[in-house]
Amino acid sequence: MDTTVVNTDAKEKVWGGGNQPLGASYGKMMMWFFIFSDALTFSGFLAAYGFSRFKFIESWPIADEVFTHVPFLHGQEHPMIYVAFMTFILIMSSVTMVLAVDAGHHMNKAKVTFYMFLTIIGGAIFVGSQAWEWATFIKGDHGAVQTKGGNILQFVNAEGHRVKLADFVVAGTHERVQQEQKNGLWFVSEGTLPTYTMDEVVAGFESHPDLTIRTQLLDEKGHKTILPRAEALKQLKTNGKHVVEGANLHVNEYGTSLFADFFFFITGFHGFHVFSGVIINIIIFFNVILGTYERRGSYEMVEKVGLYWHFVDLVWVFVFTFFYLV
Amino acid sequence: MAHEHNLTIFRGKLKFKNITQKIWGVLILLTIITAVEVAFGIYKAELPQFFRDHFLGMKALNWIFITLTIVKAYYITWDFMHMRDEKASLRRMVVWTAIFLICYLIFILLQEGGYIESVYRTGFIKHDF
Repeated sequence: MDTTVVNTDAKEKVWGGGNQPLGASYGKMMMWFFIFSDALTFSGFLAAYGFSRFKFIESWPIADEVFTHVPFLHGQEHPMIYVAFMTFILIMSSVTMVLAVDAGHHMNKAKVTFYMFLTIIGGAIFVGSQAWEWATFIKGDHGAVQTKGGNILQFVNAEGHRVKLADFVVAGTHERVQQEQKNGLWFVSEGTLPTYTMDEVVAGFESHPDLTIRTQLLDEKGHKTILPRAEALKQLKTNGKHVVEGANLHVNEYGTSLFADFFFFITGFHGFHVFSGVIINIIIFFNVILGTYERRGSYEMVEKVGLYWHFVDLVWVFVFTFFYLV
Repeated sequence: MAHEHNLTIFRGKLKFKNITQKIWGVLILLTIITAVEVAFGIYKAELPQFFRDHFLGMKALNWIFITLTIVKAYYITWDFMHMRDEKASLRRMVVWTAIFLICYLIFILLQEGGYIESVYRTGFIKHDF
């Protein structure tokens, strides 16, 4: 700490700025204050998520059914496995960061370089995994129907397993063409049209007598309520409005769209932190290689960045609990 | 720079020889906790009824998850971020203030969310159509 600040003769004066009542250097303390305020930001987001979840406590999507995919294992359902792997990668990169900080205390440049490199790799794997998870979530896997009231109806077979729209709906000839701006002054643009129209879904449902519908409502065992076939058909015909495939900020085939909104916002904000952490780590990594801290006589900068990196891990521990476990 | 490290965890019950060993020890602990959480998460539906019983407004299992998370957060802050080696004044300034504000925020928002849910459920608002 006596490296960035040149200690003058102010040391003996209490208000001269020379002493450190908290035993931490200015930079490290400011990093703690930043982490503190950032922690409050994240708690604000997570508490807002909790608010919305308590509001829809009886119809919130089941995370185990949403995040079941693992890269390279197509069509298999492994809830939690991939996100557990991501958590482990992030904790592991935290460990290599502590080892880098410790090597810095011993002024061991080679070891700091090596451990910083591993930390960067870990961070990159994590950000990549998160991008993949986003892509999978946006794409969706089964498709569903949204009712007039905004509720989601999912299709299940006799065993209660979800059925893909593609497995029972036959796409007819679309009479509706995608609207473009050149066709009308008032019209700005429109998103991608769903693969099937509502009528095609109803027709497909009628021609497969073993199918029925699952609503958003959870029973006391935590499973979604399955409607009897007759009731399902009535619900689909009277209330069904949109065909939903995947998730975005407006609709979400897994349940309430708030779930998708919070998922994108909170994991996105966290992912942005990880991304900027990786960038800062890379900068420090090159500084270490160039010998900046060797000349300065202290690797405290690695320690400060390390604090930020551990904080990112700390936040993920909470995001993991509240999005995937609870 | 805190060169003198406190090398014990579990209130001095587990002592490590040096800082590197302590880091690996904490990693093993965090991995075990995560594995327990994931196992609970995967076999949620098969667990006995006790875990689904409501306790202080939430399922007992959720309280287990939250407790394990706070344990993990403790070890990340104390050992990875070296809070254990900082002065008590710095530690309290950061940790206690944050805990107080976060608990306050969570209480207010969850209370309000629960109230709105009760209005949806018992009031005259139709939302299932």
